[in-house]
Parts: sequence; structure tokens; C-alpha cells
Amino acid sequence: MQISGAQLIVRLLEQQGITTVAGIPGGAALPLYDALAGSTKIHHVLARHEQGAGFIAQGMARVSGRAGVCISSSGPGATNLVTPIADAKLDSIPLVCITGQVPSSMIGTDAFQEVDTYGISIPVTKHNWLVHSVEELLHVIPEAFRIAESGRPGPVWVDIPKDVQTAMIEIDELPAPGKRDEPSAVNMTQIQQAAAMINAAERPVLYIGGGVIAAEAAAQTMMLAEQGGLPTTMTLMALGAMPVDHPLSVGMLGMHAARYTNYVLEEADLLIVVGARFDDRAIGKAEKFCPNASVIHIDVDAAELGKIRRPHIGIQADVATALAALLPHIQVKLRENWLERVRLLKAQFPMQMLDSEDPRSHYGLVLAVAEALDDEAVIATDVGQHQMWVAQAYPLRRARQWLTSGGLGTMGFGMPAAIGAALAEPERTVVCFSGDGSLKMNIQEMATAVEEDVNIKVVLMNNQSLGLVHQQQNMFYGERYYASDYRKRTDFVKIAEGFGMHTFDLDKAADPRAMLAQALATKGPCLIHCSIDVNQKVLPMVPPGAANTEMIGD
Amino acid sequence: MNAAMKLEPADKVILELNVRNHPGVMTHVCGLFARRAFNVEGILCMPVGDGTESRIWLLVREDERLSQMIAQVEKLEDVISVIRHGASHLVFDRLEEFFA
Repeated sequence: MQISGAQLIVRLLEQQGITTVAGIPGGAALPLYDALAGSTKIHHVLARHEQGAGFIAQGMARVSGRAGVCISSSGPGATNLVTPIADAKLDSIPLVCITGQVPSSMIGTDAFQEVDTYGISIPVTKHNWLVHSVEELLHVIPEAFRIAESGRPGPVWVDIPKDVQTAMIEIDELPAPGKRDEPSAVNMTQIQQAAAMINAAERPVLYIGGGVIAAEAAAQTMMLAEQGGLPTTMTLMALGAMPVDHPLSVGMLGMHAARYTNYVLEEADLLIVVGARFDDRAIGKAEKFCPNASVIHIDVDAAELGKIRRPHIGIQADVATALAALLPHIQVKLRENWLERVRLLKAQFPMQMLDSEDPRSHYGLVLAVAEALDDEAVIATDVGQHQMWVAQAYPLRRARQWLTSGGLGTMGFGMPAAIGAALAEPERTVVCFSGDGSLKMNIQEMATAVEEDVNIKVVLMNNQSLGLVHQQQNMFYGERYYASDYRKRTDFVKIAEGFGMHTFDLDKAADPRAMLAQALATKGPCLIHCSIDVNQKVLPMVPPGAANTEMIGD
Repeated sequence: MNAAMKLEPADKVILELNVRNHPGVMTHVCGLFARRAFNVEGILCMPVGDGTESRIWLLVREDERLSQMIAQVEKLEDVISVIRHGASHLVFDRLEEFFA
């Protein structure tokens, strides 16, 4: 059969199992959009800004573990995708980003809406292509999915000139779809050494990261913890991998950990690091992190081993494969002394949640939402104080329940990511906790949410401020608040109504819990507004650059 | 690259990269070093065999960050292999007459 490059792209996406893509058309992508219109298998979600499209694709990828697809035209369409793609790179989220480019003959002429997409995308992708011919698509599209989903997942970018989209190609059959590479075998000598260290340790701590989620290894990780009697701490990215109320969970570590978590780590004699990368927000001052601990580090990315902390045993392997090999060698241990010590630290220095009984306070609202939902709900956040309050307080209990921008910390992530999650898993309630600063950064996606009628609940914690900036100016800059407070109030309820969302204003509720329950039970996109005191802080806090044990606040 | 920074043999490391030959591969490799603030003192690149692959020779300074740098280079999809040579390798020495 003879088909165009654009039709070939669509066939290859269909064959890849893609049923939803997010994007915005434009001149250089019009042949592709014309071909998409002919697809009965792919639903195109029209975002209102390309950054929204990128985060919608991320939302789909984060809940499913499969590569999400976003599409835009050349020039500004492509540059607007840089932020969500960079965000996906830092959080190791599989994405395939497809952009139109000016015709090959015009590349390098400063043509209308021409930008060096290939050059711009190198530092923010796992791999990228500028496709030179229609034949190359046969190789590049499956390869894009293989690379995005294999090893350490990440975003890839395929830039396709308009003439490549319109060129015709004669093909008999499609190439095989791109598949995740099979993990390679694990070094059993290292596994046995690691097991011996774990079995011999007095005060071991298991430190798990987003790699556990990416490898679908949450259940195995929990088995490792239970079998070895290992207190377990999670990074921001790993939340949900082990239920926070599991007896062995010591919660999230790092800058906004409960005091006891960082104290437990301080006393560790062995750190078993699985799918985590010693991020500065997690470990504080690197030289002072777990000063007395030996380190076993398991990660699929060889470059992470020894990048920040030299491990005693560094195992480059798929986390699920490595844990499967490790588990039979781990002795069942009760570790009564160490776990008693952990319990004591937890009792002495627990997470303090101020005003948690009040559903219109920062922690109270998070807990009230949690009480009204079960573990099937998906919880997304934007970036800022609300994000940390949710990370500290929400009882996350399921892998892929939690969607947050960890590495890049992108304000504006939350609502489009929630839309993507709801598109991928329409049976779930998807909550997006946001702040007024973050929500404004992609507020136009309310229109997309309404058009798609997705089941998202945006819980807006409105302190009329860039709260985390306000907090740092309060704590570290002599209370000189500058450019952190919004001087004019925005009527978010009216705005959301204008976009056609359901709205609920807890400020005006006689019974806020009842209103919250009603809002969360209302199908379709919905804004839940609540004013929050600007002086509330995320505590405890490790000052940037300090050791994790040097926390401020209880 | 400048004469004032000429490397002593003890500081010299020569990297031999076999890569897929296409217009973007040099940017990928050089950009990676630049982004990680790792100076490349010398660079040579020529296609090998039938031209589907190229060989890139890099002259770099021994540095505690070099092993991390090599690990990152090995992650590039278009890099097939990375071989690390000591200062005794002659590839850059033989070129010196062109830079006299």
C-alpha cells in the first residue's frame, strides 16, 4: 500500500497501542493532524497550551507506566514543550514527543516558525531525532517507544519536517512495534555480597526512590523490607510504593521529612538504596548524610552508582530483577532492638500537623480530602507549599497513586497531569492539590478538562502568595517579602465557572466537610476553593545546603 | 583548548568513542561535556569503514569527575563504545605538527 509519512506515523502509533494523544496543531504539523483525523483508534485531546499537552501526556504515562504521546507544531509549539519534556527527564517518565518542523528545504533559512528543535531538545531528552526521510520513520517511531520505556525511562523527541509528513511511501507491512528491552541478568556475586551485608547489619535502612515505581517493584520492595525487618524511607518520587502507615515505613526523607525520619537515617549502619539517586532535596549536605552507613546501591542507570555517594556495593540492574534475585538470600529478621529504637525516635519526634482537625487549614484540608476518598483515587499536586503538605500528610498507599513534579519542580504541572491521569484511568477520581501560584501557570487547561469532561477535582489552597518563596523570605531573608505576595485577589471560583467547571467554595460553607464530600462525589471537572493562611509554613525544614539533622521547626 | 593549558602526560586521558555517524552526534557528545562543565582539550572525528559509524577521539584532563563523565557518555544512544587510553596513546601527538 502507498501511504503518506503522516499516515505512517499514525499507523505506527496505533500499532504501539496508543489510544490518546495530547497536542495542539499548527502549520508544520497539519499533515499529521489530517492523518490523525482519519484514525478511529486514537483520540486527540486538544490542549490550550503545548505545555499543557506535555503534562497531559505525562499524567497518562505516570499512572500507566507506558509512554505518553504529545504533539505540537514547529517553533513556539516546540519551545512550549521544552518544560514538560525536561520535567519528564528529571523524573524518568517515558514520553514520546512529536513535533512538526518546517520543510527540509527551508531548514536553516530562519523560516517562519523555524527553531532548532533538535538542538534545543538534546539536553532535556533521553534521545532525539530530526527525521530526514519518510523511510526513516519506519525505524525511528518504534525505536522512540523502545528507548522511552527501556532501562531508566525518559522522554524522547521526534522532529518531523512537513515534507517528510507529506512524502509517500510504499509498504507491505508495518515494522514491529517498539518494546521495552528485556532486563539483563544480575551479577549474582554482588547480590550475595549485598545479602550478606543486609543480614549482618545492626541498623539497616531501606531508602527507595522513583525507580521502584518505574520498575513496578513496589510489592517486591515491601517483601524485602518485611523479610529483612528494614525500616523504609521513601523519596518524594517513591511515595505510595509502601503504604505510609505500614509498620516499617518511616515516611519521606529529606528537606521536609518528619524529624524522626532524618534521625533514623543518621543512626543507620547500612543504607540499602533502591532506585534512588541521592538527590540534594532528599539527602541534604551529602558529606553529612548517613555518616556511619555502608551503602548498597541498586539502580538501572550505571551512571547513578557513585555519582554522589560511592557505594560499597553498586549493582547496575533493573530493580525488579535485582530484588527477585536478592529476596531468597535475605534472612528473616525481627530486629527488635533497632525497630524499638526507630519506634522510640518516632514517638519522640513525630510529624507534627498543626490544626489537622480543621478542614479549612493546610494539613486539615489534605486529611479531610483523604478521609473522603479511598486508595483508588489518584493524587496529583502542583509545586510549592501545598505539594509538601500533601506529601507529608496524605496517606498514600499505592504505587502510581501519586503524581508530582519532583526533579524539575514545575509549577503548573498539576492540573494537566491530573487531566492525563483521568483520561488514562477514567474510572478513578483524580484529585489535584494546587496553590494559587501554580494553578495560574496552566489555568487555561480548565477548558481542556471541561471539554473532555474528565473526573478531576482541583483542590485549590489559596494563600494569595507564592507560599514557599514567602516562607523562605520569612525564614532566611529577614522577613523581606518581595515579589512573593499577590497584591490583587483573583476570583478563582468565577474563573472556573467561566470555563464551565463545577465550583465549591469551602470559605463559604456552613459544613466544609459535607461540601467537600459532595464536591468529590460530583462527576466531572470541579474546583474546590479554600483560603489558607499565608503565614503557615512547611515544617520541619532543612535549610538549603545544611545537613538533614539540622532541621528547623517541629 | 589553548597552549597555556597544555597537559602534562600524567594529566592526559584519551577517549576513543565509536559512534553512529549522523549530523547530530557531535553535538550530543560535545554538548554533554559542556553541560557538565568538563573541558575537552582536543577533538578529532572521522567516519570509519562504510561511513555508518564514526570514531571520535577526545583529549581530556584526568579529573575525579571523569568516570562519571564516561558513564554519562556511555548512556548516549548513538555511542556504541567508549575506550579509555592513557597518555601514551599517539593519536594527538602525531597531530602536533599541524598545530605548531
